[in-house]
Amino acid sequence: MSIAPEHVPKMETASLGERLAPHAPLLLVPVLMILGFLSITNTSSWLTLTVSGLAMGMMIFIMASGLTLVFGLMDVINFGHGAFVSVGAFIGVTILFALGGMTEQPSILLNLLAVLVAVTGAMAGTAIMGWAFERVIVKPVYGAHLKQILVTMGGLIIVEQLIHVVWGPDEIFLTRPETLKGAVTFAGAAIEKYRLLAVAIGLVLFLVMRWTLKSTKIGLIVRAGVENGEMVEALGYRLRLVFIAVFVAGSALAGLGGVMWGLYQEVVTAHMGQQIMILVFIVVIIGGLGSVEGCFIGALLVGLMQNYTAFLEPKLALVSNIGLMVAILMWRPQGMMPVVKAK
Amino acid sequence: MLVNLLSGDRPRSRMLTLVLVAILVGLAFAPFLFPGTRSLETAARICIFIVLVASYDLMLGYSGIVSFAHTMFFGIGAYGVALASTHMGRGFDALLTGTVAGALVAALLALIIGLFSLRVRAIFFAMITLAVASAVAVLVSQLSGLTGGEDGLNYRIPRALTPAFKFADGSFLGVRMNGKLLNYYLIFIASFVLFLLLLRIVNSPFGRVLQAIRENDFRAESIGYRVVLYRTVATCISAAVAAIAGSLFAIWLRYVGPDTTLSFEIMIDILLMVVIGGMGTMYGAVIGATLFVIAQNYLQNLMGVAAETVSAVPLLPDLLNPDRWLLWLGVLFVLSVYFFPSGVVGRLRGTS
Repeated sequence: MSIAPEHVPKMETASLGERLAPHAPLLLVPVLMILGFLSITNTSSWLTLTVSGLAMGMMIFIMASGLTLVFGLMDVINFGHGAFVSVGAFIGVTILFALGGMTEQPSILLNLLAVLVAVTGAMAGTAIMGWAFERVIVKPVYGAHLKQILVTMGGLIIVEQLIHVVWGPDEIFLTRPETLKGAVTFAGAAIEKYRLLAVAIGLVLFLVMRWTLKSTKIGLIVRAGVENGEMVEALGYRLRLVFIAVFVAGSALAGLGGVMWGLYQEVVTAHMGQQIMILVFIVVIIGGLGSVEGCFIGALLVGLMQNYTAFLEPKLALVSNIGLMVAILMWRPQGMMPVVKAK
Repeated sequence: MLVNLLSGDRPRSRMLTLVLVAILVGLAFAPFLFPGTRSLETAARICIFIVLVASYDLMLGYSGIVSFAHTMFFGIGAYGVALASTHMGRGFDALLTGTVAGALVAALLALIIGLFSLRVRAIFFAMITLAVASAVAVLVSQLSGLTGGEDGLNYRIPRALTPAFKFADGSFLGVRMNGKLLNYYLIFIASFVLFLLLLRIVNSPFGRVLQAIRENDFRAESIGYRVVLYRTVATCISAAVAAIAGSLFAIWLRYVGPDTTLSFEIMIDILLMVVIGGMGTMYGAVIGATLFVIAQNYLQNLMGVAAETVSAVPLLPDLLNPDRWLLWLGVLFVLSVYFFPSGVVGRLRGTS
């Protein structure tokens, strides 16, 4: 009979490589930028494309963040998220037209104020709509993915058609406020002012969201709920209320994204939400369902990829993003920053 | 014999049997019962959509997988025939090559998508198919050199299938014996055989396993079935059948374009047909497709009339405008998912 080996407990810290591995996706954004630079070779067009790619990425992030949190928190996948984008854009445009006196004047203060009013209106509108959507459409189908997908898709169709009823069947063209038109030249590259504004708004929003999630109590509950909802409920928190709040906030963000996207494209259509949702889904998948940081990195990657390929080979813009998704899923099947579920 | 033909899956309701027989007789003798180009057009459309919807039901109803790429597979089949007919010249060999190639490409693509997404999470499949399908639709409309872009492709099918060909003199019961009639019966018989084939598949041991997976995938896995494999195979079969339905559509229309074969509207139509007819029953596809196509062709006129009669009331005419017909379908769709998840067939069988 051999003697059992002596029990020698030891503490081992994870190696540097192991500790850094979860953050590896952070490197992808600069890597993609460098790859873009190598294939474009022209500094000024690269700079223009990079800024517009970042701007697009930020807007996609704004729209996608709510979706990914809603999924992480309650396992609800909302295919109707695009409806909020469209409705937000239409409300925003209506307000901007009503404030025509403020947008036409070359005063940056008045212009920004008009945009702010439009954004607030759109966000309020889509927040209320999100609440109603949650009550009427999503609530009866908790826990059934198949029905969720079908019903939220049905909701999207209904909302799109109602937009046609309210705002008419045609697309609406708009012009940006006076001071946001045109471009600034930097290092020989023309960079549209509006894109800089979009990057700034997106970055601020990401930082605020990150701070809320990491440093406030509500953020703590949300993060804990994503990881293990049952436990949070057992501790006495009403996760349902938190979920509704996140759903409403996500809808409001989609509305904000809609206004920004409408100003970026300078046209709004009832279908725009559905079209942008395709990129949003790619972002949510490659980021890892439920992960806000993964969503941010994914959005930047998709935005950059879209703009680089649109320049190099316009026909392949969307296909290149599918390729990006395939590559990332081969590397990490659960997405770049998978959320660890304690189940 | 008859029960064997139906793979032992009887309608299990007298009313349902009557309706199904009526539809079968109606479609089988459509050229004689409902003369006129428009009604023949409707009948052919119903045949093709029954197959398309039934193949989608294999995925949605029997395997519990939501796909938004079914029109993509449909389009692949249609473009297969179109491209083969354009490059190989008119002839039955071109039609056959196009159909087989389309079905193979569709199955291969389904295999790739399935391996990528079903491996991880069934819910990924819905999102990834949505993305891939829109990428393909964009690509098809942009590669105008190959696919004709937004204009689509016009091509010639064998003379024996066109109205110019007469295989007998005179007419029978007032119907001219021309190639159009042959074309219709080609579509009808092919659809009928494909439908019986699908019925066979869902009632085979393979189909049982799919239903087990739909009910509880974790349990099916523990019993020893390889869930991913079964789901992927179901997806591939469904894609191949959808592609063949697309080929039939292309043979019938003699034209393919992004709007008629690839658009997202058709995907919504398919979803509605499956849900209205009843998920998880092949007969639901027959009822759903028939009701929907007839409604699409004739009910929209009715809405126009209704909109005119209420033109004095504010807002109502806008809601009843024939262009808003999707609105009412959407409402109907959501309501049926909530209240009649087993659709018309479930109602008739009294199981819902």
